[in-house]
Amino acid sequence: MTRAGGWLLAVGALTVPLWLQSTYHLHVAIMAGIFGVLAMSLNLLLGYTGQLSLGHAAFFGIGAYTSALLTLKLDWSFWPALAVAVGLSGAAGLLIGRLALKLRGAYFVLVTISFAGVISLVSVNWIELTNGPLGLPGVPAPDLGPWSLRTKTAYYYLVLAAVALSFAVCRRLVRSRIGRALVALRENEALAESIGVDVTHYLVLAAVVSAAMAGLGGSLYAHYTRFVSPEVFLFTYTVTMVIMVVAGGKGTLAGPLVGAVLFTVLPEALRAAASWQWQMLAYGVLLVALVFFLPRGIVPRLGAAIAGRR
Amino acid sequence: MAELLQHLLNGLVLGGTYALLGIGLTLIFGLMNVVNFAHGEFYTLGAYVSFAALALAGVGFFGALVVAIVVGAALGWLCEVALLRPLRNESIDTTMLVMIGVWIAMQNAELLGWGGVAKSIPHPFPTAPLVLGPVAIAPLRLFVLVLAAGLIAASWLLIQKTKLGRAMRATFQDRDTAALMGVGIGRIHAATFAFGSGLAAAAGALLGPIFLVYPSMGDLASLKAFSVVILGGLGNVPGATLGGLLLGVAEELGAGYISSGYRDAVGFVIIILVLLFRPSGLFARQERIA
Repeated sequence: MTRAGGWLLAVGALTVPLWLQSTYHLHVAIMAGIFGVLAMSLNLLLGYTGQLSLGHAAFFGIGAYTSALLTLKLDWSFWPALAVAVGLSGAAGLLIGRLALKLRGAYFVLVTISFAGVISLVSVNWIELTNGPLGLPGVPAPDLGPWSLRTKTAYYYLVLAAVALSFAVCRRLVRSRIGRALVALRENEALAESIGVDVTHYLVLAAVVSAAMAGLGGSLYAHYTRFVSPEVFLFTYTVTMVIMVVAGGKGTLAGPLVGAVLFTVLPEALRAAASWQWQMLAYGVLLVALVFFLPRGIVPRLGAAIAGRR
Repeated sequence: MAELLQHLLNGLVLGGTYALLGIGLTLIFGLMNVVNFAHGEFYTLGAYVSFAALALAGVGFFGALVVAIVVGAALGWLCEVALLRPLRNESIDTTMLVMIGVWIAMQNAELLGWGGVAKSIPHPFPTAPLVLGPVAIAPLRLFVLVLAAGLIAASWLLIQKTKLGRAMRATFQDRDTAALMGVGIGRIHAATFAFGSGLAAAAGALLGPIFLVYPSMGDLASLKAFSVVILGGLGNVPGATLGGLLLGVAEELGAGYISSGYRDAVGFVIIILVLLFRPSGLFARQERIA
């Protein structure tokens, strides 16, 4: 993307509350931002290392529950709770990465699914801590110094800052030595290893950053909806993230964001026309269709089209 | 002691159907190199088809079971021919994404078609349990156990004794050489997928009358099938049989002696532990037969 295009996009994103007056539209923008963080997080693993995590909802949920529990039970304020939520999700990523990334491909997928399954069962059954299936209502809205971030406009900027931060982290990571090592691994692991790339080390690093980022998304989600229940572990969230990344373009910086905006706005726009089940059915069909007809995703396809015209 | 025996017996009933699920999945995984996340949906399909055949067509309990297996196998065949065949030379991740898509689509189609309310399949067996010494078993459960054992034996015979089975084993060992020897790989893949899906549908139709039938029942079934495959080793049919029984017993013991809330965690923990310590499966030293 050219520098001018980037600035235009930044100005557009910063002025969203000016031209989107309705709180409903702002709500959609906030959710798109939260899912943008999540999709970027999944993309770090799926797009840059080629490892699919189908347990990403676990890191999201750990972030959401940690933040909610610290603010509700220990009366912490939002910011330290957010930091601990990100840290704890990252630690879970470290654990899973250390354990599972010796095995890759389908085995990694299964370990991540199982991990999410166990965590989800804990959230349902450890009633003293999590209040079980009833969930935790009344998660407080965040403050920034003397200001409450209770309004949708303020929360939008908070989420936008998180998106910008996550984007910067991804960009920094991908363009560094680490990112090149990751891509080398994805393309040809044996070759990468033979020239001295420490495979497991880099994969674990990617898993930690990815999980921490998903935890950030979880914390933001908890303090936005003000309610956390075992539903945060729903497989639907993971599926949504996967669709966003695959549709937008895995292994690109902008792809997950494009996917997140598209697949937050589109279901909302279609809400009147089609029920949730129809949408999920369409998601399934769409995933199959994407693999067949747009395997690299929207962003690389658009890039190729623009390059072809020049 | 009686309690332990009872748990073991219940575990075997459950384990027999897990073995059916696992055998289908391990064949598909091992032979086609496809991570079939839609496997559990064929299990759900079997349960719903059996319910529909009973309620709408009135074919009787045993007829419904046959219909479920046939429909499951037919849809599996269609799935292979339409979706997996064009992608045969793609990476394992590509077909995995497709199967995840099929999983989501099938589950939500079931939700749309049948609604979210759980259904129960009526069965002709008396409800009074048979008392066998220290343990008791409902006649339906005994039937499920016997039929599962029969289907497992039939699968084993198919793989070991028939020409199709020999071609399947050859394809598992070395696809290219098998193709050079005149094995039609496309036909073998379609047959394997249809066979595995038929077994999954059978498991659904068998467990349907014991538990309830609902659209998301396949999610856990998929994960249990994967635990069984991982326990038994990839493509290892006897391993999947033992793994299925082991998982059923472990779950029953876990639910009985630890906490019933964590019953389904047993499979997850098994996946994680086996992959960490014995990634080739518990029974890796045995010869893999398919």
